[in-house]
Amino acid sequence: MALLFSQPYPCPPPLSSSSSCCRRNTTTLLLSSSFLQPIRAHQLVAPLRKNAININMVVVSMSLEAGIGVMGTKLGMMTYFEPDGKVVPVTVVGFREGNIVTQVKSEATDGYNAVQVGYRRVRDKKLTKPELGHLNKIGAIPMRHLQEFRLVSVDGFLPNQRLSVDDLFKEGDLIDVSGTTIGKGFQGGIKRHNFKRGPMTHGSKSHRALGSIGAGTTPGRVYKGKKMPGRMGGTKTKIRKLKIVKVDNQLRVLMIKGALPGKPGNLLRITPAKIVGKNIPKN
Amino acid sequence: MTTLGHPEKTDSLDESSSVSDVPLRIKFKRPDKTARHIMQILDKEAVEEVREQREIPDIQPGYIVQLKVVVPENKRRLSTLKGIVIARRNAGLHTTFRMRRMVAGVGVESVFPLYSPNIKEMKVIDKRKVRRAKLYYLRDRMNALK
Repeated sequence: MALLFSQPYPCPPPLSSSSSCCRRNTTTLLLSSSFLQPIRAHQLVAPLRKNAININMVVVSMSLEAGIGVMGTKLGMMTYFEPDGKVVPVTVVGFREGNIVTQVKSEATDGYNAVQVGYRRVRDKKLTKPELGHLNKIGAIPMRHLQEFRLVSVDGFLPNQRLSVDDLFKEGDLIDVSGTTIGKGFQGGIKRHNFKRGPMTHGSKSHRALGSIGAGTTPGRVYKGKKMPGRMGGTKTKIRKLKIVKVDNQLRVLMIKGALPGKPGNLLRITPAKIVGKNIPKN
Repeated sequence: MTTLGHPEKTDSLDESSSVSDVPLRIKFKRPDKTARHIMQILDKEAVEEVREQREIPDIQPGYIVQLKVVVPENKRRLSTLKGIVIARRNAGLHTTFRMRRMVAGVGVESVFPLYSPNIKEMKVIDKRKVRRAKLYYLRDRMNALK
């Protein structure tokens, strides 16, 4: 019984998803065979592109990136003087060896368009055999981090292609940067959720305590998601629309206005800023 | 596309390893140390660039200096300020000094970044002999070293 149940289960989802994909395609442009024949799909790239956007809008629009991004390493913060004397606090982001395309995922092979990028070269023995095998398949150097950038179209990306930061980002561009924040441990409600403090004197006994966490007998429980003390930090966060102040080509360094998550040495993911209606389609 | 470590070195190692089958061990530096190194280079470069453009005298606590400062709020007018330096904070490019002067009988303290492009000219007028790094005691004196 268990065998029967487990066997058919993994099979249907890919089948159904591919069939639904084709159906969606037929309804939009009547190109149902394009996914079955990748060569023809390549020939019809230009007329297909608009169609591809439509499909992605239906399937996923949340995790789409505005363009291909790179991974970087936070180096620290410093001051930058603008010519008119304004002081700009900037975070310096460096790049270690890497930012190589390791895999190009397309609608035909994986059901979505994405570019997988590797970052930070390590020794062979630092990686597991499956990781090494994946990288050796395209002849790439062993790299610690692999991340995917989901794109509308993956034309022009080849495996083992080096992404150059100078080409991708220019001074004055807006970018989104995501990374892991500094872990702050177990924190109370005041620091974690910006709660108000109680009076410290005048006979008050609730100094930094939480206060009420809900009504009484009705509902007779604490609602899910109630903001309470707990672990703070150490989570992934994305800071949006940061401006690139300076690109140093010699040192291969980006200077980004404002603070970035984590301490120096932290892994960062830098992508062009997502602006709805401009480079991300409106829903 | 690397900043940390030595990209040329690793590249050459890469080629040699592809030529000979014996894999060479590539040295990997600790990221935090190399990160600090790059920050130091950036800071030093920025300071040198400013020093090339403008002459910046050695400003120490106890010096009486005259500054010509562009005030962006006041239609970018050039104003001359004269006062005594009571503190200096060394932080590379972000080095600042604190200047105290009397304006209409009221003591005014202002902090200036040493390498700010707003400071057009810096002149040391007098050097007072002081025995402190921070001359905050001048705040309590009515006639501060004058």
